[in-house]
Amino acid sequence: MNLTIEKLAKEYTTKDGKVNAINNINLVINKSDFVTITGPSGSGKSTLLLSLFGLIKPSSGKIFFDDKRIDNISDSALAKIRKNHIGFIMQNFALIPYLTTVQNVMIPLSLLGVNKSEQIKRATEVLEFVGLKNRLNHLPRQLSIGQQQRVAIARALVHNPSVILADEPTGNLDPALSLEILDFLKKINTEKGITVIMVTHSPTAAEYGNKKIKLNNGELVN
Amino acid sequence: MNTFKIIWLELWKRKSQLISGILAITLGIAVIVAIQSISVVSKQNVAKKLDNLGANILVLPQGTSIDDYYTSDIDAPTLPMEYVERILTSSISGVDNMSPKLTRRVKVGETSIVLTGILPKSEIASKPLWQNAGLVGAELETACAPSNAENKSQGFEDEKLKRKVIDTLNRYDCLLGSQISKKLKLVENSKITINSQEFKAVKVLPETGTVDDDRVFAHITTVQELLNAPDQISTIEIMGCCNAISEGLLGKLRNILPDTRITTINQIVSTQIETNRLMDKVTLIFLIIIFFVGGISMGNYIWANVNERHKEIGVLRMMGASKGMIYKLFLFKAVFLGIVGGILGFVIGTIAGMLLGPYLAGMSVQPLYMYLLWSLLLSIVIALTGTVIPAYLASKIDPHTNLQEE
Ligand SMILES: Nc1ncnc2c1ncn2[C@@H]1O[C@H](COP(=O)(O)OP(=O)(O)OP(=O)(O)O)[C@@H](O)[C@H]1O
Ligand SMILES: [Mg+2]
Repeated sequence: MNLTIEKLAKEYTTKDGKVNAINNINLVINKSDFVTITGPSGSGKSTLLLSLFGLIKPSSGKIFFDDKRIDNISDSALAKIRKNHIGFIMQNFALIPYLTTVQNVMIPLSLLGVNKSEQIKRATEVLEFVGLKNRLNHLPRQLSIGQQQRVAIARALVHNPSVILADEPTGNLDPALSLEILDFLKKINTEKGITVIMVTHSPTAAEYGNKKIKLNNGELVN
Repeated sequence: MNTFKIIWLELWKRKSQLISGILAITLGIAVIVAIQSISVVSKQNVAKKLDNLGANILVLPQGTSIDDYYTSDIDAPTLPMEYVERILTSSISGVDNMSPKLTRRVKVGETSIVLTGILPKSEIASKPLWQNAGLVGAELETACAPSNAENKSQGFEDEKLKRKVIDTLNRYDCLLGSQISKKLKLVENSKITINSQEFKAVKVLPETGTVDDDRVFAHITTVQELLNAPDQISTIEIMGCCNAISEGLLGKLRNILPDTRITTINQIVSTQIETNRLMDKVTLIFLIIIFFVGGISMGNYIWANVNERHKEIGVLRMMGASKGMIYKLFLFKAVFLGIVGGILGFVIGTIAGMLLGPYLAGMSVQPLYMYLLWSLLLSIVIALTGTVIPAYLASKIDPHTNLQEE
């Protein structure tokens, strides 16, 4: 896995005029990197993260994933890359409320066309890995905050992605839980060689990165 | 986990909304199915009546409609039995046969049935089918061969009927129409109690497909006693010579029978055909209405559903669902709702038709399974039409906008 970003920019157009959310971002990310992105609120961290694999369409610049350009490819081709290679973890967990723990974790596999018994087997395995073996049939609202975030992590991991993108994964968690989740991300990063790109506010969390990026006003600061 | 499971679980989660989505479609289809299932039977009945009815003139009490003749309400007006005599002793020619009848709706246990008093020997075993029941006596001599020109003009070919009479019917014997025998679970020689009088069912008549199938027949004097209507009848069915009809038979009859309504079967049939045409028009109007109302209410429901699920759509897109998959998610949901709405509409409409048919058209209505297919097709098409645009807009939703929302 490698990810190369050249002169990436995103300009939002609103009623109040144009907003340069990110500007002239150049970045190289390699396999097994743990990248942390920090910066003040509104500095463009989320925009950068979500632009990488097409959830936000960049205004200009180039993105290469495994040496292939992906910033100008079709929506369905980008969806296919996300489906096969990327796991997302959001601050709000983004679980589907009417699906149980195990069903939520099965979705990425279902999108890949994995058969049902295999879906259940793999979802159960990864839930066991995050310590939720005995919460398989709970709905999200029946879980604690920390448990919900672990479901989200399980869902991001279940299809063996090569990259995990996390937008403030510990933003809603208390310090102890935060550390647990961060250790967990570090563990999959080192043990499985999965690249982690994590947006965070917390200096502690930022320390987990081997590559630490700071944004200010949409630009990289060194 | 697959697309269908997601749709199913989401639907299940929000059951009450589901009802509002398909209500208009279901009700619309129910009305159409009800109207059509009654109207189809009534159409068949017109055809059969032309084939099977021996009489071609009806004498009814003044102020009664043809509907009264079929539905036989309790307080429908009557004629004096003496009118039969009056016609016989008059100098009017061209009346080949007359059958006076007294018809009333009565109760057998909890079931409401139509009891018809007939006069053996004069009751026309008009219905060719009845003749197989072994009831028939001598063949009736006709003064002139009945012309079927009128019937042909309605599009029905009518074989030359052999007109025979029912010979005998004992005081407490009765004949059962084929449907009513099934409904009351009676066979030949069973006993049946009507207004606390026990009758013996001597015959179950073969199915004719007309109102006769839903009736119980007994001797007219017995029925008059039973209903406390001495010498009263509700109708005289006359077999008139066609030449005589064109030479003014109806007018002559009117002169000697005051306070009556005298009409030809031809007119009755035209009235029924009119009614059926009206039914078809009503159906068409309903079809157009449910297309719009059903489509719009479905579209409205899906649009609300899309808005409610912005975040969920974002999550699915984040995980790699394509736009097409989101589009499909809502279209499949529409198809599913269409199927449910169509089946429900068919079932409700059929039940309504079966319950109302005997009262509105005087005959029993059977489920028309062909209409299930049409209901499904119609309902799915309406649901899909209403959903195409909201589903398309759903697929266009930017994946990231709602991802970060709480
Ligand atoms: N959909 C949008 N339309 C217009 N402007 C937007 C949109 N999304 C973000 N922005 C603007 O782009 C800039 C960067 O936003 P972004 O969400 O990337 O910041 P962030 O660093 O993630 O902030 P936070 O730490 O608060 O999450 C902000 O000024 C924001 O107002
Ligand atoms: Mg952010």
